[in-house]
Amino acid sequence: MGSPTSLRVLYPHAGGEPTSCWANPRDGAKGGLFNIDYSTLIEQTVYMMIEARGLVRTFKTRRGPVQAVQGVDLAVADGEIVGFLGPNGAGKTTTMRMLATLIQPTSGTATVAGCDLAKDPVGVRRRIGYVPQSGSTLPEAIAGDEVVDHARLYGVPKAEAAARGQRLFEELDLPGLWRRQCKTLSGGQRRRLDIVMGLIHDPKLIFLDEPTTGLDPQARANLWEHIRGLRARGATIFLTTHYLDEADALCDRILVIDHGKIVGAGSPEELKQQVSGDGVRLDLADAAQAPAVAKIVGELDGAVAVETDSKTVNFRIPRGGSVLPGLLRSIDAQGIELEGVEVHRPTLDDVFLTMTGRSLRDEDADAPTDKEVAA
Amino acid sequence: MSANVMAPARGSNVLRETWIVFNRAMRLSLRNPMWSILMLSQPLMYLFLFGPLLKPITAQISEGATTNAYQVFIPGLIVQLGMFGAMFVGFGLIAEYRAGVIEADRVTPASRIALMAGRVLRDVVVLVAQSVLLLVAALPLGLRAPWKGVLLSLVIVALLGATFASLSYSVALITKSEDALAPLLNGIAMPLLLLSGILLPMQIGPTWLQRLSDISPLKHVVNGVRAMFRGEVTSSPALWGLFWVVLLTVVGLAVGARTFRKESA
Repeated sequence: MGSPTSLRVLYPHAGGEPTSCWANPRDGAKGGLFNIDYSTLIEQTVYMMIEARGLVRTFKTRRGPVQAVQGVDLAVADGEIVGFLGPNGAGKTTTMRMLATLIQPTSGTATVAGCDLAKDPVGVRRRIGYVPQSGSTLPEAIAGDEVVDHARLYGVPKAEAAARGQRLFEELDLPGLWRRQCKTLSGGQRRRLDIVMGLIHDPKLIFLDEPTTGLDPQARANLWEHIRGLRARGATIFLTTHYLDEADALCDRILVIDHGKIVGAGSPEELKQQVSGDGVRLDLADAAQAPAVAKIVGELDGAVAVETDSKTVNFRIPRGGSVLPGLLRSIDAQGIELEGVEVHRPTLDDVFLTMTGRSLRDEDADAPTDKEVAA
Repeated sequence: MSANVMAPARGSNVLRETWIVFNRAMRLSLRNPMWSILMLSQPLMYLFLFGPLLKPITAQISEGATTNAYQVFIPGLIVQLGMFGAMFVGFGLIAEYRAGVIEADRVTPASRIALMAGRVLRDVVVLVAQSVLLLVAALPLGLRAPWKGVLLSLVIVALLGATFASLSYSVALITKSEDALAPLLNGIAMPLLLLSGILLPMQIGPTWLQRLSDISPLKHVVNGVRAMFRGEVTSSPALWGLFWVVLLTVVGLAVGARTFRKESA
C-alpha cells in the first residue's frame, strides 16, 4: 500500500459551498493523527464536520488546577455517528462543551461544522444543535412555547418555528404534547423534547450529551431508534456515553477517552478485534485442580492471558467456541470435574479494560467530574 | 438535511433577541403570578401596618406644613420595592440553569447581552407595575404628590430594578447555588436597607450614623425620590438621586453583561 501524498479534505462552509484545503496525511498512511486509513480516502472527498487538534482544558479548583482534557485530537466526518466513550470524569462532557462553544479551550484549535471555533463561535452555534445532559426546558413552561422561543433565537420566524416544531413533535413521537407543561412529560418524552429543541434550526451537526442517562430500558431503545433516524435525515451525530451497549448499538466509530486523553478509536468491531480473541471462563469443582487446568490451557494454540483465581481459570483465545470441545475432552481425560464453561465475545468493556487497565464500571472518584466548573 | 442557515447577525438583532427573551420571561411570570403578588405584599404590609406609626414622627421632623407622612414614607417604600423586588430574581435564574435553559440559550447564536437584558426587562416591567399598585393603594391613605415627580420616581424604580436584577443574575450565575445566593443577598440587602433611610429618615439619627449613611448611594436615591414627591424635580437632592441611580445602573448592567458573556456562566 503506497503512502498517499495528499488528501483532499472538504469543509462545509458558511455559504453552503464547501471550501477545501489540502491536508497532508500525518504519521504515515494508516492510523495517523485521526486514526483514519488515509489510503482509502484518496480520490474521495471527505466533509469533515469536526476536526480538533490539541484541545486542552484546565479548570481551577480549590485543590489547584485540574487538566480535565489533556490534548484531544479528533475528526468526525459528515454523516457519521461518533461516540465518546469513557467513565464519568474522563473529560467527555468538557470536550463536547468546548466543541459546542460553551467553554473556551485552554489551548488547541478546532473547526466545527466548517467554522473556526475560536474565530467564529457564532457561526458554529448557527450550524450545530446541542442537547445538554441537564435538559433544556423549564418544568413550568409549555413545551411548544419553549420550542418556538428557542427557534426564534436562531432567527426562525414565529410561524415557521411553530410549524417545524409541530412536525418534529410528530417525528419524535410526541403527539398531542405541544401545549403540555414540560414537567408533565415522562423522562423519555422530556429527552425527546430536548432533541426537538436541538433540531429546531435544522443543524448539520448534533451533539448529544449522555442522551439516555436516567431512562428506563424501553425508553432507551426507543431513543436509539430516533437517534438513528436523525442520521437518516442527513445529520452528523456526536454523542457522549458511559454505556457500552449504547456505543456498541449506535456508533459507527467510537473514541475511547480516559483521564482527558483519547486512548483508542475505531468502529466497535475494530475495537473489539484489538482485544485478542474470545474470553473463556472455566469453573472447576476443586480449586486444587486449577494449576493442572491452567497447564492444559497454556498448551493450547493462541491462548493468552491465562489467569487462575481459586476455582476459576480465565483466558483469551481466538475462536473460543471451536477450541472448546477439544479442550473439554483433554480436561475430562485427566479426570478433572468442571462445574461450568462460559465463552464470551469481546465487549467494549474488555476493550476499555485492555486500553486503560481498568474496567469502565469502576467509576473512579479521584478524577474531577465534568460538571465541576470552578473556573 | 437542507442547508437552512439563517442570515448573519446584525446589531439590531440584539433588540430582537432581547424582545424574544423578554416575551418568554414575561409569559412565564404571567403564568404564575403568585410570585409577583407575594413580592408586592411586603410593601403593602409596610404601608398599612408600619405607615401609621410614622405619622407622629414625620410631624416632628418636617418643618414645612405641606409635607404629609406618606410623602416621606412612600418614596422609601418604592425604592425598597425596586431593590428587594429585583434582588432575588437570581433564584429564578438558578432554577433555569438547573433545568438546562441557560445552557440551551447559550448554544444559540443569540447575543449574550440579550439573554440577560430580556430577563432584566421583564423584572423592570413587573416592578413598575407593582410600584403603580403601591401608589394607588396609598392614595386613600392620604398620599398626594405632583404627577411629574411621581413619573420620574417610576423611572428611578425601573433603573434601580435593572441594577439589582443584573447584579442578582450575576451572583446567581457565578455561585449557581441557592444556598450561597440567599445569605449573600441578605448580607448586602440589610445594611443597604438600614443605611438608606428607607424606613425612617436618617435626620432623626445620631451624627455618626448619618455620616455612615452618606456613603450609601441608596440614601441619596431615597432623598432624591422624596424631593420629587415634594415636586422639587430639579432640586439638588433630586438631581443627586438621579445621578446616583444612573451610575448604579451603568455599573449593574456592566457587571451583568460581563458575567453573561463569560464562558462559565
